[in-house]
Amino acid sequence: METEFTPLLSLLGGGLIGASAVLLMATLGRIAGISGILSRMLPPTGKDQSLPQGLIFLIGLLLAAPIWIAINGQAPLQSVSKNLPLLALAGALVGFGSVWGNGCTSGHGVCGISRLSGRSIVATLTFMSTGFIAVLLLRHFFGG
Amino acid sequence: MKNLVTLLSGLMFGLGLLLSGMANPAKVQNFLDLFGTWDPSLAFVMGGAIAVTMPGFWLVTRRTKPFFNDVFHLPTRTDFDARLITGAAIFGVGWGLGGFCPGPAMTALPLAAEGTLIFVATMLTGMAASKYVLQRRDNHV
Repeated sequence: METEFTPLLSLLGGGLIGASAVLLMATLGRIAGISGILSRMLPPTGKDQSLPQGLIFLIGLLLAAPIWIAINGQAPLQSVSKNLPLLALAGALVGFGSVWGNGCTSGHGVCGISRLSGRSIVATLTFMSTGFIAVLLLRHFFGG
Repeated sequence: MKNLVTLLSGLMFGLGLLLSGMANPAKVQNFLDLFGTWDPSLAFVMGGAIAVTMPGFWLVTRRTKPFFNDVFHLPTRTDFDARLITGAAIFGVGWGLGGFCPGPAMTALPLAAEGTLIFVATMLTGMAASKYVLQRRDNHV
């Protein structure tokens, strides 16, 4: 399905994401890595105990769409696949992989690259590559 | 004050994802679909974010400590282990197949599309499973 190329809105939205990450760093001294924030709340809990601040950040994230609807009077444009087994598999891989690889698009892709972390640059290049291959196979070989 | 700023930070992150179109999985998949309906928007999102975080992080970490915490919690590892590559590779496959990563999936959760609900459920299960395996492995070394 085609989507409209939105350079300006995407740049602005990206800037807002960046501002959020800088705010979190300035106040809590923490990386805005969503997989880390989520996984620290999940069992099994060990040395890294769950952070109440993580839960508050998550509440803010969950409030974004309702507030968006209140301001714009309509839901944001969205097209989610109806292939539920595929999404179940995708979710499991994203969840498992992000914890195994210590980060996701926000932690490695935005925060890590900004700190010129070699690990994050390698991780980002890796998930971009396998993501590209996954979409290539899904759309052009299996016609999904 | 600390809680309010954290809440605001989460809200800004979510609104940024919505504004940029990244809470729409079709847009993310189109970024990865170089040979199909390519949409380069995601590169602009990352560019816009990094243009703020790169100077922003540099500036705020010049302080001796954050405003509401005793120390900056910055990752210090610099080695490339197999776990990093394997994890990122698995993550990327799921990201491509679903068009969601953790931030956008949680942001899109209240919109309650069936696919999003299932994605978030298996994502959280996958995270817990990964933690479980890592914890067991580390305890047996």
